[in-house]
Amino acid sequence: MAEAHDYKAIGTRPVRPDGVDKVTGRANFGADLNLPNMLHGKMLRSPHAHARIKRVDVSQALAMDGVYAACAGGDFPTNERTTDLAKNCMARDKALYHGHAVAAVAARTPYIAERALDLIEVEYEPLAPVLDVDEAMADGAILVNENLHTNGDASKPASNVAAIVKFERGDVEQGFAEADVVVEVDCRVPTAHQGYIEPHACTATINEEGEATVWCCTQGHFDVRSLTANVLGKSVGEIKVIPSEIGGGFGGKTIIYLEPIAVKLSEMSGRPVKMVMTREEVFRATGPTSATHCRAKVGAKRDGKITAASAWLAYEAGAFAGAPVGPGCMSILAPYDLEHFSIEGHDVLVNKPKVAAYRAPGAPQAMHAMESAIDDLARELGMDPIDLRLKNSADEGTQAPYGPVFPAIGFRKCLEATKAHPNYTKPKAEGTGRGVAAGFWFNIGMQSSAEARLSEDGTVTVVEGNPDIGGSRASMCLMAAETLGVPYDRVRTHVGDTESTGFCNVTGGSRTTFATGLAVVQACEDIIAQCKQRAAATWDIDVEQVDWADGQAIPKPGVNVDANPLSLRDIAKNAGRTGGPILGRASVNAQGAGASFSVNFADVKVDRETGKIDVLSFTGIQDAGTAIHPAYVEGQMQGGAVQGLGWALNEEYIYDENGVMENAGFLDYRVPVASDMPMIDTQIIEVPNPSHPYGVRGVGETPIVAPLAATSNAARDALGFRIADLPLSPPRVLEAIDNQADA
Amino acid sequence: MEGYAYARPTSVAEAIGVLQSDAASGRRSQLLAGGTDVLVQMRSNDREPRTLVDVKHIAETNRVDIGDEEVFIGAAVPSAVLNENAQLKALFPGLLESADLIGSTQIQGRASIGGNLCNSSPAGDTIPAIIADGGICVIAGPDGSREMPCEEFVTGVGQNALGAAEFLLGLKFKTPASGSGDAYLRFIPRTEMDIAVAGAGVALTLDGGGTCTAARVSIGAVAPTALLVPEAAEALIGTQVDAAALAAAGAACSAAASPIADKRGTVAYRRKVVGVLCRRASAIARDRALNNIGGSQ
Repeated sequence: MAEAHDYKAIGTRPVRPDGVDKVTGRANFGADLNLPNMLHGKMLRSPHAHARIKRVDVSQALAMDGVYAACAGGDFPTNERTTDLAKNCMARDKALYHGHAVAAVAARTPYIAERALDLIEVEYEPLAPVLDVDEAMADGAILVNENLHTNGDASKPASNVAAIVKFERGDVEQGFAEADVVVEVDCRVPTAHQGYIEPHACTATINEEGEATVWCCTQGHFDVRSLTANVLGKSVGEIKVIPSEIGGGFGGKTIIYLEPIAVKLSEMSGRPVKMVMTREEVFRATGPTSATHCRAKVGAKRDGKITAASAWLAYEAGAFAGAPVGPGCMSILAPYDLEHFSIEGHDVLVNKPKVAAYRAPGAPQAMHAMESAIDDLARELGMDPIDLRLKNSADEGTQAPYGPVFPAIGFRKCLEATKAHPNYTKPKAEGTGRGVAAGFWFNIGMQSSAEARLSEDGTVTVVEGNPDIGGSRASMCLMAAETLGVPYDRVRTHVGDTESTGFCNVTGGSRTTFATGLAVVQACEDIIAQCKQRAAATWDIDVEQVDWADGQAIPKPGVNVDANPLSLRDIAKNAGRTGGPILGRASVNAQGAGASFSVNFADVKVDRETGKIDVLSFTGIQDAGTAIHPAYVEGQMQGGAVQGLGWALNEEYIYDENGVMENAGFLDYRVPVASDMPMIDTQIIEVPNPSHPYGVRGVGETPIVAPLAATSNAARDALGFRIADLPLSPPRVLEAIDNQADA
Repeated sequence: MEGYAYARPTSVAEAIGVLQSDAASGRRSQLLAGGTDVLVQMRSNDREPRTLVDVKHIAETNRVDIGDEEVFIGAAVPSAVLNENAQLKALFPGLLESADLIGSTQIQGRASIGGNLCNSSPAGDTIPAIIADGGICVIAGPDGSREMPCEEFVTGVGQNALGAAEFLLGLKFKTPASGSGDAYLRFIPRTEMDIAVAGAGVALTLDGGGTCTAARVSIGAVAPTALLVPEAAEALIGTQVDAAALAAAGAACSAAASPIADKRGTVAYRRKVVGVLCRRASAIARDRALNNIGGSQ
């Protein structure tokens, strides 16, 4: 692998190709498509958090002037293979959370559609809801799903616990017995939403032959295609999905809500149907991430050597199984090299919206618990929290708690960089607190395809299938330019729809720059191979005698050819005479995604009279592997930090006793505004991933993992006592201060 | 089905005429100034058709008069315009700060303190500030104009004293005497773009020796309407507005509050924080007043 300083394009910071359209409003997002004769679809949603649906009658709605179609659960294929996702898109026999879709209409205008919803008759038998993970796990709990058995074991009674997962090594009891100091943290983290600014939106049309086209904002149109086909009982080939630009996803747009309903309404009406969620619907009916209850325990020798760690995690899945408790268990101890540990996780159903992926799904909650415990341990031992982590850190060759042996990883470098960072070495201001925490995310590879098409003037069009959320077009262009040896502005990257590019898994798991990037690099290498053949033919030499350097074919040293080098432009121009258009392509199932570690630290100040916590400074240090476009790596680090800080400080779903969310809007679901945040300082550590030609690791998810515990630990430092639960909202903090004063 | 209508009167008489005609026919009319509350409500939960009576094209609602005795602020003058007015800012820094808290910079190009008052939310930020400054509502109606103290104007959550054919022309204040200062503070979990969990407005006057001779204290978001708290004012009057007086004023505000518990805060939290805000706002008002002693403002 080349050293970073050898790169010409990689590591530079050019303007992103989609930037101008996005800042001028020209870019088209999910709700921007309008078609002739298009109808507007609206969803009727359950007013109960838990109810049996006895009857749905849409006839009066259908009779209303301007209404063209109406559907309910009975209009979709329902059998024993019907997926949870299908039942989440449209309830069948039971409404499982307040806001669960139970029927839909399509009408000439959105307002007619809304009024038509009032005419749909639904007969419910309301049931008591179960609303909290502890309540759901208790004996005799109300069951969300009477047919669900833990880990599928039907010999046991039905339960809200869909799965229990365990990870163990050594003898944890022995490890704790060896410890001089043992600390334990018991904490709850609330439900948090991704908070993407763009609500879910799609437009669908279907013809008489059953061929559907769907335009939507999504993180993965190939997934929209297969999931929509599944819900409708259609084949994948009958559906074409065209992704719009996307106004944020953070994992929340990796699944579907509206698309099959819009196709069904289009089929019923014979017209295109557009569906756009309101912000309230986004909060009430789309997947946030899990509220959790976690316990973390860690023991160490006086010298700081950790002898044992254990964790108990319970994650709310919402109304269907699938909380990210597995990744929570797998990440919670990943930064450490441990002989003895045990981790047990629970995936628990409650009558709330089905959770969806949210940036490093499951890790922030788990690591909030353990990194709080590690912080308490450092205090008990009187050790610097960085030194404690350095003494126990995972490194190349450490077996991760979830199995594999780490190749080169950057955790120690992040810790060392923290110790040397001016924000860490400077004394904290009077009355403030400082907190440190580690972060980790696996990152994934999976399948990607890419084409690189050489145009007749030597410019290159890259076509791949991952919606651009965080600047991936720019990163693809940089890797293509680097590989081909041409300037950045000679390459354009286009996100193709399901018919114009090969299969790509979703934009998620921080995989796009790694895996799709790998496909792009290989597609460009395919172009180079073809260009070398064209040059060899032109010069009448063997292809083995041709080199590629700086964007041109040159004869290898010592090859005696009386010819000038042939640039990409020259070869493109003459392609018609040398064999036709040049098209590079590649498809990969990328292996060896590189784990990304981080260290975050925050300085906070607490107003002891109002309980308000101000974040005075925040520093993120993260191993990005090679930073292809450093500005967008820093942007990911800053964005993840802000989301984590919002979750730590104010974000939470507030439910009433009936399971109705009370703060379904951005006024009272408090994501931070710009003025709430200090400048998020970043430092990129580059330990190249050996499994990628340019050393790419994923970078997008790790940044949200450590801020929860870093903030909590900083508040602990400022307050002199720990508030284990999140968010550290002013009422909670003031109550804790008052209780502490009374004690 | 009746549709929406939009009226854009350019005189008081014309506006009253529209309101009267709607009232006579039983049609709903709604006053519109900047629209930063009305349009949001129309787009979210209240879609009933009505006549929107846009009162911001009338000379009187756009006037700002600063006299030796009296100050008049038209009901539709945008917050951004108020905050550009250096003379006004010197006289009522607290009131203008409260106007500066409504929404974002963009919103403030439209949002007005008259609109904030007529929206009559318990958490309206300018209302405690207006009450503390002794603001008088000037109301236009079929029988001419009438006046009432601001603390009597808001009668309940989203309700006020305006009759069917009346609208708010503006607010009248006595020009503050030498040695006066005001302040408004609210508590929100964020730094901006949020709704008050509690708020406190204070206006006071000091004599040459720094003794408080007059004070008004009003609190918001801790009762169905913003409250004037005479007990808090009494705790300040006759003192040097020292720590003991501040604490007493704060305690009076906490005692006067009758908040609800909701997603934004518990009863105990709001009660406590409103006292803290009163204390802090009183100290700011005192310091401003000290700077104004002997000077003409």
